[in-house]
Amino acid sequence: MADLSVNSSAGPRGPKPKKSFSRANIFLYGTLIVVSMYYLLPLYVMVVTSLKGMPEIRMGNVFGPPMEITFEPWVKAWSEACTGINCDGLSRGFGNSIQILIPSIILSIAIASINGYALSNWKFKGSEVFFTILIIGAFIPYQTMLYPIVILLREIGLMGSIGGLVLVHTVFGMPILTLLFRNYFASVPEELFKAARVDGAGFWQIYFQIMLPMALPIFVVAIILQVTGIWNDFLFGVIYTKPATYPMTVQLNNIVNSVQGIKEYNVNMAATLLTGLVPLVIYFASGKLFVRGIAAGAVKG
Amino acid sequence: MTNSVEIKDLDLSFGAVQVLKQLNIDIAEGEFLVLLGSSGCGKSTLLNCIAGLLEVTDGQVFIKGQNVTWAEPSERGIGMVFQSYALYPQMTVRGNLSFGLKNAKVPKDEIQKRVARVAEVLQIEPLLDRKPGALSGGQRQRVAIGRALVRDVDVFLFDEPLSNLDAKLRTDLRVELKRLHKKLKNTMIYVTHDQVEAMTLADRISIMKDGMIQQLDAPEVIYAKPCNKYVADFIGSPAMNLFEGHLSGNTFTCDGFTVDVSGYEFGSQPRRDSAVWLGIRPEHIVTGDAAASATFNGSAEIDIVEPMGSDTLVWIDFAGQSVRVRTEGQSGLRSGEALTIGFDASRLHLFDMKTEIRL
Repeated sequence: MADLSVNSSAGPRGPKPKKSFSRANIFLYGTLIVVSMYYLLPLYVMVVTSLKGMPEIRMGNVFGPPMEITFEPWVKAWSEACTGINCDGLSRGFGNSIQILIPSIILSIAIASINGYALSNWKFKGSEVFFTILIIGAFIPYQTMLYPIVILLREIGLMGSIGGLVLVHTVFGMPILTLLFRNYFASVPEELFKAARVDGAGFWQIYFQIMLPMALPIFVVAIILQVTGIWNDFLFGVIYTKPATYPMTVQLNNIVNSVQGIKEYNVNMAATLLTGLVPLVIYFASGKLFVRGIAAGAVKG
Repeated sequence: MTNSVEIKDLDLSFGAVQVLKQLNIDIAEGEFLVLLGSSGCGKSTLLNCIAGLLEVTDGQVFIKGQNVTWAEPSERGIGMVFQSYALYPQMTVRGNLSFGLKNAKVPKDEIQKRVARVAEVLQIEPLLDRKPGALSGGQRQRVAIGRALVRDVDVFLFDEPLSNLDAKLRTDLRVELKRLHKKLKNTMIYVTHDQVEAMTLADRISIMKDGMIQQLDAPEVIYAKPCNKYVADFIGSPAMNLFEGHLSGNTFTCDGFTVDVSGYEFGSQPRRDSAVWLGIRPEHIVTGDAAASATFNGSAEIDIVEPMGSDTLVWIDFAGQSVRVRTEGQSGLRSGEALTIGFDASRLHLFDMKTEIRL
């Protein structure tokens, strides 16, 4: 009997020890390292090249670090690079993009959140049909609508202006954003809404005092989606604006793809990095919130 | 006595599905009415109709003699408590309590006074500046009740308010609710699927099934004289034993036993010589020596014994089916033993086989 009790206390106990260099671990981390290299290498090349002078680039060592770090390409890309007859760099495009971005985000998110709130809490006759039509809108290829919108903008006198592009972005953001907000508000317990009605709150009071404060995560998601979507947009920008109002992406294309003169790779790289900076910062700053919001909006619908 | 809430010919349909069918209820001033039924019977729907959260298809709702069929929920003079508490998560307890009053444009010092009074009644004063997330389930439900109280309304509506709480807390809050009703004397309409809550709280219980009221009466009457087989089966835990048989004259016969029912109190529609259900509650089957003096006595083999502490539930094989018998205390019975059983005709329930209505 005594022997038995000694044996049982000597056996396995507590958490099972794990080998840190198991075959599964090597495979897992190996894959992760290879994949991240695959994605990070181009970025590395861009950063390195943008810090080199042209003579060094001509030597052809693409992966080598710069022997002499220079920020001149960055300055040139920002304020001196030429597109057509304008030689004030990307700074003008940046200003235009900001002027397009801010009102588009505010307008589209404000309207879509109210849409989503109304569609999930204040169901009216035909609200489901209305929602379905809106969602179908998300599946129609943009290309088919390009020319009709040109005519539309021309008729209301907004063709070529920043206001016109803001309108286009607001309208095209509507289906996906409405879906996002509707699903989020549908996951808010219905009893909360009922309680607020018994408490005498109306449409706007419930929206501003009950729903809005609860919807912060989904607003973050919407802002990220819209910032990256609108900032990276090229198609609408190139079609609905004129050279004076080109957004940054269109200007970047004009700098990089210009066929005259020598190709200044370092300036091109710097310009591209500058253009990509805004979405990059947004992703880095909001990583965790973004994931949480996406999950909150997607689970129940 | 004036009627506090009156429901007249209420119909509600969702598309082709008729959820409530021609409901008529009069609820007296200060009455505690419980709507009881299994899920999907329309009891919560009825409560939402009274609250004005659902538009009725037909019929009228009166509160305090006013026709409120078209009125907004906030105009009806009701307060409502929900199963999931439904507290506004970003507001403090104080904010939750005063939200309705602010919407009604009640002056600030009046809000202060009312919140303080309700907090005192419900003993939630230390919680006033906390957010709902920092409260326990019982505290949240107390705040939710407070939110209804603070509105100073005539009618309180409760939608399964205790169902999300654990068993002990549920019992505590149940007693507290009863005390609250005794003190405030408001009309209360309470929806639940828990028959213990219904029996203990109600002045009257309305048992619903498929959008219709089966029986609307005091708890004792519903227990002693269920009006049909559904109610008989639904009320009482463990459920009533039912035997299928034939009634001719004053004699009930079925496979296994015959009993003289001349001691049974027949209702207004005595239809002799027909197929009937005979029901007997587990607690009305007597065992041992007491069985000898009963109208009927017999013997059966014990199948399973379930001791519950204060009483013991015994399953016996009798008349070809498994029959529940409840005995006091710890009986010391063993499965396989023989048990002497008996029951009085006055404790029986007879229902017509076809209509299932009480005879």
